[in-house]
This record gives sequence, structure tokens and C-alpha cells, in this order.
Amino acid sequence: MRGSPLSAFELQIEASLAAICDAGLDPKDIDGIIPIGITGAPAEAFVTNFGIPDLRFSALTPMGGASGVAAVQCAIAAISAGLCNHVLIPAGRNVSSGARAGTRIHQMPQFHLVTEFELPQGAIAPAQLYAPMARRHMELYGTTSRQFGEIAVATRAHAALNGNAVMTKPITLEDHQASRMIADPFRLLDCSLESDGGAALVVSAADRARDMRQPRVQVLGIAEGHPDSPSSITQRPDLTRLGIAKAAPRVFEMAGVGHADIDVAEIYDCFTYIVLCQLDDMGFCGKGEGGAFVEDGKLRLGGALPTNTHGGLLSQAHMLGMNHLVELVRQLRGQGGRAQVAGAETGLVTGYGDMGDSAMAIMRRG
Amino acid sequence: MSSDTGSTDTGSTQAGQKPVPHPTPESQPYWDGAAEGKLRLQRCTSCGTVRHYPQLVCAHCCSLGVGWIEASGRGTVHSWTVAHHAFHPAFKADLPYTLVTVDLQEGPRALGRLDPASQDRLRIGLPVQVTFPRNAEGVALPVFAAEA
Repeated sequence: MRGSPLSAFELQIEASLAAICDAGLDPKDIDGIIPIGITGAPAEAFVTNFGIPDLRFSALTPMGGASGVAAVQCAIAAISAGLCNHVLIPAGRNVSSGARAGTRIHQMPQFHLVTEFELPQGAIAPAQLYAPMARRHMELYGTTSRQFGEIAVATRAHAALNGNAVMTKPITLEDHQASRMIADPFRLLDCSLESDGGAALVVSAADRARDMRQPRVQVLGIAEGHPDSPSSITQRPDLTRLGIAKAAPRVFEMAGVGHADIDVAEIYDCFTYIVLCQLDDMGFCGKGEGGAFVEDGKLRLGGALPTNTHGGLLSQAHMLGMNHLVELVRQLRGQGGRAQVAGAETGLVTGYGDMGDSAMAIMRRG
Repeated sequence: MSSDTGSTDTGSTQAGQKPVPHPTPESQPYWDGAAEGKLRLQRCTSCGTVRHYPQLVCAHCCSLGVGWIEASGRGTVHSWTVAHHAFHPAFKADLPYTLVTVDLQEGPRALGRLDPASQDRLRIGLPVQVTFPRNAEGVALPVFAAEA
């Protein structure tokens, strides 16, 4: 939603309790915490609020919208090493009443050169910084704004099926084409929302999860990947190649599955183009063929690769991609409601952030 | 943000003023050059690789040795965007404005404004030449114009 009366930390706490309860755990069972996002609340804040008796692991994965999936990787590494059993990954945002994307990135130390060299010229918000990537893809490969539009339209149709989405009014390709230009080639309907809310996940040791309240969803493969020149898009050798191009082969190999095994995909969608480029970079089509891949409805429910079945950042809410993780788990449990992909057994989720960092996971129910 | 990390002060800037760069010891020679209308780039004193934006270490050979060259200021457009929405109130009067990512002849890239007089020639690959006019805040920033 927009304009929540709750602070980001309150939203983060609320989501944490819901996730812990859903898992059939008590807050005092949590022995690992990887806080996500911009509340700045450290793991200690959760120890204090939940009375956690023995927190054995805490970490941060500062990769913007890739932080959530990267945190799952971090949790798996810690659990596999025997450091802890139940890792809480909580996120909360209140952007309506707090810092918005355009100003926030320029307060982050990793972008100090972008802030010094690009901000004074009017390259301020992610829309403006990412637009040259999309323009280059269009010029090299013939990708069109209407192909971006298909992603917006499909995602909105999914949000309309979600009882917990901000934007639910159906849109057409013509609505997309008529929406005002923000940073050419990005129109308003190419851009994600700025939202208030919370989302949280619990990652548990596989043997313990077998006996917990919900059907088990296992992580088959997971990896992070960083593009060349990770913090400055301007200096990146190939503007059209994101960090996921490095991560995806590792994830498919670790998971032992192929592209055709993916029943449902939750792909980070801060902008429509970022979905299209990730489809290229993950190898669902050849490099540059993302436009043709999406335009015949493959991403819609009933299509070959149902994508962002919750409505994504474009139409459900911008929860830093934590909502993509939550949705994939729900889909693989068969709890996708009206947007359930029939028989979904294997799915993937991606995170993208901080100018090109990526994380990706493949999960399977059972 | 402390000035020693290099930044632009967005927080305390008046609504009507554009953010200005805060040079660091590593970047100061660039801004000194810009004020004189010259494009200066770092060059590794060990392997000769030219780099931008300023960094402490050469990413090619990991040498700490830094020199500076005066670049030609010439390059070609690698990509671009036209801003139609002001994400900061001080840029509203400039709308629409075009930002170009330019492949410099020396290798690295630069981001700058496109001279509005070159707008109708804008395409990827367009040969351009830089100048450093001062904006209302007194900062010399790169503006690229199509080569005649």
C-alpha cells in the first residue's frame, strides 16, 4: 500500500511474526537473522523484540533488490555449515513517508562515483540510470517498447487476481503506449511502484523442514552474480548484460534441472526491460531475443513460462523482491490462489539491484 | 555522507539548486581540468591503461601508480536517454534533456548532456566532441555536441 501509518520496522516485525507463525515456529526458535533493506534495523533489534535467547548467526547481503535471494544463499551456507537451524529474512519499507528511490541511492557509499559524476548532470533516479541499458538493447537487437508493454500488461493481469496488490485495474498495450514518458524509453507503465509494506521468509534446515507445518519447498540451486563495473552502468563493457548472466549457469547446474523444467518464474521487475534482459541472460532465449520471447504471451498464466504471478514490483508492490520469494514458495506449495499455476513443482526466482547485481534460485516442492 | 567518501550533497541542497559534486583527492584533478575546459583521465603509470571514473587502483594490473592525461574530448555515442520527468525540482526547467553515454577515443566512457542543437542527429555511433560549460551553480560539466 501507500501511506502506511506503520514505520518500516513495524512492518518488518509484523511480516516476521506472520512468516514464523506460518512455518509453525515460535519466534524464540529463530537462531539466524539476515535483515533486508532500508530500515537499518540490525539483527539485535529482533533479538530484543522477540526475546531470542541465542542468536547464533547474523549477516547482511547489501545488494539492493537482489538482497533477498542473496540472503537465502547466505542462510543456506550458514545452515549447511552447521551454524544455525532457522534463519529469518525480514524486510520492511515505508517509502511514502520515507526516502524514495531517487534520493536513496545517492546516500549509498557504493554509488559515490555515480553521485559525484552523474547526479549533477540530472542522472538522478534508477529510471534514468537504467534507460541507456534498455536503449542499447533496442538499438542492437530491435527490441520494441510494445514488447516492454507486454510485460506490463501480463503482470497487471496477474495482480488483478491477487487480493493483496496495489494496482489491479487491467491495462492494455495501448494504455502502456499512451502512458507518459519518464526516461526514454521508459514510460510510466514500464516503472515499478514505490510501496509501504513488509515481507519475510524463514529458511530452515531441510531435515527439520520436513516435519514443519507447511509443505516443504527445497532450494535446488542458488547463486549470486555481479556484472563488470557493478556500481557504474556507464562504465560497464556490455550495457545489456546483467550479473545474472554469470549466476544463471551456476544455478541450473547446481539444481540439475533445465529451462524446460521451470513451471513458474518470479523475475525481479523494477522495470519491464529488466525482466526481458534477465530472460536473455538466463538463457531462456538467445541474447537479444527477449523481446520476441515475451510478445506472444509466454509470461501469462497458461503460457509457457508464467511469470510474476503475484503482480510483481510493477503492480503488486515494491517489496525489494521479497514478494517474489514469498510468491514462489506459495506457488510451489499450491497456495497461489486464483493465480496458481496448475501442477507447479519447480520454479525460479531472481533478484536484481544496485545497478546490476543479481541473485537467482531454483526451488522445488517436496 | 562524509566528504571523504566522495559524494554529492543532496540533503542540504536548496530545492532550487542542482546538486554539486564534492571532489575527493582522487578525483580533484578531473574537476580542475573540467574548470579549464579540459577532459582529464587517469592513466596507470605501470601498464598505461586509461580509466574513468577515478579509482585508486588499476583494474588491469592492480598498480597504485596514477598519472593523468589530457584526453581528446572526442568519442561516439554508446547509448542515451531523454529525461521527461524531473526527479529533482532543480532539473524541471531543463526538461526534456538528453543524457548521452559516450565511448571516449581513449577507451573509457563518460556521461554528459547532449547539446540540444545536436538532438536531431542523435543515434548510437554519432561522433561527438566535449565542452565544459559552467551551469548556474558554477560547476563545469561535460556537454557533448555532434562533430561538424
